[in-house]
Amino acid sequence: MPDASTSAKGDLKLLNLTKSFGDFKAVDDLTLTIPEGSFFALLGPSGCGKTTTLRMIAGLEDPTSGKISIGTTDITDKRPYQRPVNTVFQNYALFPHLTIFENIAFGLRRRGVKDVKAQVDKVLNLVELPHLADRKPTQLSGGQQQRIAVARAIVNRPALLLLDEPLGALDLKLRRQMQIELKWIQTEVGLTFVHVTHDQEEAMTMADTIAVMNEGRIEQMGTPAELYDNPKTAFVANFLGQSNLIQGTIIDADGDFHVVDLYGQKVKVLKARSHSKNNSVLYAIRPEKLRIDNDGHTRPGNTFKGGHIVDVSYIGVSTQYQVEMPWGQEIMVFEQNDDGVPPLDKGDEVTLTWEPAFSFALDGSQDVNAGSEVNPEEE
Amino acid sequence: MKVLTRWFSRNLIRIYMVLGFTYLFIPVAYTFAFSFNDYIKSNLVWRGFTWNNWKQPCGVLDVCPALGNSIKIGLLATFIATILGTLIAFALGRYAFRGRAVTNTLIFLPMASPELVLGASLLTIFLNLGMNLGFWTIVIAHVMFCISFVVVTVKARIASLDPRLEQAAMDLYANERETFRRVTFPLVAPGIAGAALLAFSLSFDDFIITNFNSGTTITFPLYVYTHAERGLPAQANVIGSAMFFLALIIVVLGQVVSAKRKVGTK
Repeated sequence: MPDASTSAKGDLKLLNLTKSFGDFKAVDDLTLTIPEGSFFALLGPSGCGKTTTLRMIAGLEDPTSGKISIGTTDITDKRPYQRPVNTVFQNYALFPHLTIFENIAFGLRRRGVKDVKAQVDKVLNLVELPHLADRKPTQLSGGQQQRIAVARAIVNRPALLLLDEPLGALDLKLRRQMQIELKWIQTEVGLTFVHVTHDQEEAMTMADTIAVMNEGRIEQMGTPAELYDNPKTAFVANFLGQSNLIQGTIIDADGDFHVVDLYGQKVKVLKARSHSKNNSVLYAIRPEKLRIDNDGHTRPGNTFKGGHIVDVSYIGVSTQYQVEMPWGQEIMVFEQNDDGVPPLDKGDEVTLTWEPAFSFALDGSQDVNAGSEVNPEEE
Repeated sequence: MKVLTRWFSRNLIRIYMVLGFTYLFIPVAYTFAFSFNDYIKSNLVWRGFTWNNWKQPCGVLDVCPALGNSIKIGLLATFIATILGTLIAFALGRYAFRGRAVTNTLIFLPMASPELVLGASLLTIFLNLGMNLGFWTIVIAHVMFCISFVVVTVKARIASLDPRLEQAAMDLYANERETFRRVTFPLVAPGIAGAALLAFSLSFDDFIITNFNSGTTITFPLYVYTHAERGLPAQANVIGSAMFFLALIIVVLGQVVSAKRKVGTK
C-alpha cells in the first residue's frame, strides 16, 4: 500500500477544525500547528474537547469541518488505518486474546513488515519488559500494561503518537515514574507525541508545549513556564496551579510598569504581563510568590497591610495560610519551611509583600473563579 | 436435644442441598438404572441386571434411525440458526437503525410464545404452502425457535466487548475486514460457541413443535413419546443415559479448561 500510513512526515496542522454533536460544539474552529518531534500536551477539564480533538487526529471521529494534515499530506478523510498515527488508549485497549508479543506485532504484521521478531524484541527491551513476551495482557500489572500499550504504538514508528490520558488508571507514585519514563522514551525515539490530559502537573512534567483547552477552544498555548508565569486568562491562571485574583484599576504608568489601585493600595505590574484591554483588571499573584510577616517588618516591593490569618495548614515542605484582607477577600499564601521559624498563628495581623515582576494582570471582566471550580477528576 | 438442634441448624444448608440434588437427579438415576434392566416388552418392572441393552443400543426397531434424525436435524438447525442469529446479533448490537428497538422486542417473542402455538401455526403455514411434512419442515421449525436464543446469547457477548479494542485494531493498520477477523470474531467466538451448544440441545430436545410438523419422520423425542404407551425399550434409556453423560463430560471439560486459564492469569 503506497499510502499515507507510512509516507507522511512533518508538522501536524489542524486548520479550522470543528466537531459538533447536534447543537453542542465539542471542538470549535481549532487551528493549531504541532512541530515535528515535539512533546505536545492538550490540557483541559473534562468536556473541553481535548479527547474529541485527539480522536479526530486518529481518524476515530469525523470532523464536522476543517482540515488535518501531516507535513504536506492531507489526512482529513483517511481511515484510521491509513494514517501514520498510533494511539495509546486510556485503559490501554490491549487485545486480551493475544500474547504481549502478538499485541506489539499487530501493527507490523498488518503492514507486512519483514523482521517482526527483531523489532518487537527491540521495543520490548526499550520498555524493559522482554520477559513478558509470552504472557497475556490480563497477567500484567497496570504499569506493565501501560508500557506495553506504548510499545505497541511506537514499534510502528508513526509520524505522530497520540496519548489519551495514558496515566489516568495508575496510582500516584507509578504515575510520577511513568511521566519520567514517557518523556525519556519520547526523547529516545524522537517521535511527535500529542498528549491529552486533565492533570496539569502531568502536562507540565512532560510537555514542551501545552495548549490549555476550554469549551472547544484553545485558551492559551506556550511552554509550561510561560503558561504558569504569564497566563493570559483567568481560566489558565486558575487551572494551572492556583492564583489570587484581585479586582483593581490601572491608574498610572511607571516605566515598564502599570500602577494599579487595589482597594486603596497601590501596586505595580509589568506592562508585558498585563493582558487587559482597558483599565479594569484582575491583579494576579501566585500564592508561593507572597512573603508573609507578622512583625510589621516590610520588604521592598509591593505591599499589602492589615491582613489577618484565618487558617494555617502545615504540610511539611511548606505552610499554607489563608489571609483575610481588609476588603473581605481571602488570599492564599504558601511559605516555604526553609528558615526554621515556626509557622505564624491564626488571628495574627500580617503584612504581605512580593516582587512586582512576579505578578500579572488579566482582563477585569472575567469570572474570578473561571477554571478553579472544575473537578478535573470527573470523567 | 440441644446438641441435635445445633447440629441441625449448622448443617441446614447441606441438608437442603442434598435434598435438592436428590430431587433433581432421581429421574436420571432411575433412567440409568433401568438401562440395565433385562426387560420383556415393557421396561417398567425390574427383572434383573444385563449388559445386553448397552451392547446392542440399536437392538430394537426404529430407535437408531430416530436418533440419527435427531442428530442430523440438530446439527443442521444449529448451523443455520447460529449463522443467521449471529448476523442478527451483530446488526442489533453494533448498528443504530430505524426499527432496532422493535426488532429487539420481536426477537424475544418466539421465546415467550407457547410452543403449542408456534407448532400449530407453523403447521398451518406448511399446509397452506403445500409443503410435504418431514425432515425439512422440522429443520425449518427448529431454526425458527433457535434463532432467538442465538441472538440473545451472542448479543450479550457483543455488548460486553470494549469498542476501543476494535478502534485500537483500526489504529494499528487493520482495515475493517482484518479487524473483524483478528479482533472482533475471536473475542465474540466463545459466545457464538455457547449459543450453538444451546441451539443444539434445544433442537435435540424438542417434542411439541416437532410433533406438529414431522409428517412421517420420527425423531428421538417422538420415538420415546409414541413408544412410552406400548412399552419403551431399555435402549431408549441407554441412549438417554449416554446423552446425559456426554453432556456431563463436555461441561466438566469446559470447567477444567476455563479453570486452567484462570490459574494462568494469576
